[in-house]
Amino acid sequence: MSTAVVDLGPLGLDGGAHVLVNLALADRSAGERVAVRGEHPALPVHLAAWCRQQGHGWRTGDPGDPSGVVGWVERGATTGARWRGAARAVGDDGSDGIAPAAVSEWGLAARGAAVEPGGPTPRFRLDRRDDLWTDRATALYAQAAAGQWDPATVIDWTVPIANPPEVEAAVVTVMTFLIENEEAALVVPARFLGQVHPHFREIQQVLAVTVADEARHVEVFTRRARCSGRPLALSTAGGRASLQTLLDEPDYATAAFLLSVMGEGTFVSLLSFLEQHAPDPLTRQIATRTRADEARHVAFAMAHLERHATLDPDLRPRLARAVEARHRALQHTSGLNEDVFDALVLLAAGAATPGAVRRGWDRVQELQRDMADGRRGRLARLGFSMAEAETIADLHTRNFM
Amino acid sequence: MRPFTLGAVAYDPKVVTIWEGFGNWFGEQGFDFDYVLYSGYEAQAEAHLTGHVDVTWDSPLAWVRTRRLAAAAGRTARSIAMRDTDQDLTSVVLVRADADIADVGALRGGTVAVGAVDSPQATLLPLAHLAGLGLDPDSDVTVLRHDVMVTKHGDHIGGERDAVVALVEGRADAACIIDGNQLLFAREGTVDADALRILTRTAPYDHCTMTVLDGTESGVVDRFIELLLGMSFDDPEVRPLLELEGLREWRPGRTSGYDQLEAAVDRLGFYGPDGRILAAGAPR
Repeated sequence: MSTAVVDLGPLGLDGGAHVLVNLALADRSAGERVAVRGEHPALPVHLAAWCRQQGHGWRTGDPGDPSGVVGWVERGATTGARWRGAARAVGDDGSDGIAPAAVSEWGLAARGAAVEPGGPTPRFRLDRRDDLWTDRATALYAQAAAGQWDPATVIDWTVPIANPPEVEAAVVTVMTFLIENEEAALVVPARFLGQVHPHFREIQQVLAVTVADEARHVEVFTRRARCSGRPLALSTAGGRASLQTLLDEPDYATAAFLLSVMGEGTFVSLLSFLEQHAPDPLTRQIATRTRADEARHVAFAMAHLERHATLDPDLRPRLARAVEARHRALQHTSGLNEDVFDALVLLAAGAATPGAVRRGWDRVQELQRDMADGRRGRLARLGFSMAEAETIADLHTRNFM
Repeated sequence: MRPFTLGAVAYDPKVVTIWEGFGNWFGEQGFDFDYVLYSGYEAQAEAHLTGHVDVTWDSPLAWVRTRRLAAAAGRTARSIAMRDTDQDLTSVVLVRADADIADVGALRGGTVAVGAVDSPQATLLPLAHLAGLGLDPDSDVTVLRHDVMVTKHGDHIGGERDAVVALVEGRADAACIIDGNQLLFAREGTVDADALRILTRTAPYDHCTMTVLDGTESGVVDRFIELLLGMSFDDPEVRPLLELEGLREWRPGRTSGYDQLEAAVDRLGFYGPDGRILAAGAPR
């Protein structure tokens, strides 16, 4: 190979000239030379110092050389050492590059990057594809990213609230209940988010946007509760105990099942109910927005668990046992806060009159049937038999989430 | 029998990382190694002579002193290894690019910013170089010293950075630093590109060395040298340590690059021929 020449013009190494020298050296092998031409007066001094630091050889040229060559850089043997032994952070079995098991040495490296050996080896507990993967993650993330909404602009907070005081109090009670449930729906994915190996970035992305969704839900429910200037309602010990069992679940698939398939799935019904029957347009608007997000969360968990269940025959029995265990753990608690149940009746009634209350009562009964049907349907989709689905659906917490 | 023990100066917290890392690596090679950190090179050189350590990782000035102390005691010091980046350095005397200073003589009556009193690269070598060109540092110029971490022989780069800042800010007419640091200060934004130019520079000299004294068990020393020279930048385990220590490969030691500093030490009266510290402002 002929000696390459790099022309630096007036540029000095104190102004970035080494970038051009490096480009010229890139396609040279160790021991091959690049001639350097340039007018900067300190070039020979700086090139000598730079070559020493970089492990390159340097030979100063003749100062009177008519070709303008100030010297030659000889590519050092250690250049590019970081690339030696650097393996790509990809799976070896599929064109999508997703590995069955992420290697801890990959750490935070981008999927597909070449990873220099010798770095830290962080432990991400969720590092096996079949424990968390779904091909739908990409589309669901894209949908979520496109569907992000700004509570300050998409909801008309200027709509006057003219609910009767008893009905408005019922709305505040329901909002107080929703807020603590959404806190659970925020904390649970947030905890798993830090355990997912970055190789599975689509899963991280969906979990991250889910957390952002829930943060927004907490905001809008809080804002709605405070609209009429009333203090927030009661948070019951039983309600919090029920949610605590979600926070305490260490297994990703089980937590996704309990929170999203059973809990958030049920919440989609509840938010539909509010969308239809809330007494004021503001609450209905909020329900519409939040329901769309929750439906996506349910779809994500369902997609993961449907795949997981086909690969792991033990998963379904494990999920069923988890529901039974949760039921046992909660059997000494009071279930759904009576105040919340009654508040739903009043909210759907719209007025504290016998006729309206009866109407609200019927609507809540319908809601409960809708919730149970939804749970059974989702369980069936996960491959549970009708009888199993019936049993598991009935054991689900009376606290909805 | 104690492990082969190295003395090094703690000029930066990374020194612990470096020698812990190298120590582990030596252990993996079956070489019994330990290290002791000193707060400064003067204490380290004296400890070396008393046998507290078997090898010292010396600044060039520490080499000069150890060699002189050893000679005064009828002993000999030997340079056994150094970094590739320790060989053939130069120091430069910088001026502002737009200054009306065409030659060294034009600095007469001006201010020359240097590093710490005991920095070979940023004080002793360039001042001796200027003296050799007829500019007496005691009478012809005002020397503006930047005594960052005295006893650490200028290992801390802060003194050189302060000297350059003094030049850029107009508090000095010239600044003395090691050649490669001009590029570092440009990269970190301490000086703008093309803001400074090189007025003159020293002849090439060598920097740090691993030093042993006569009487150290030669088989162990030979094994230590063999292990150092065998460290490969391709090895991902040692590469981060080599990068921290600022080298690509260890090379056999040599003393041919210290004559200039020996002469500078004499010219500026830093040490006596027996290794005693003579310079004002240097620790005794």
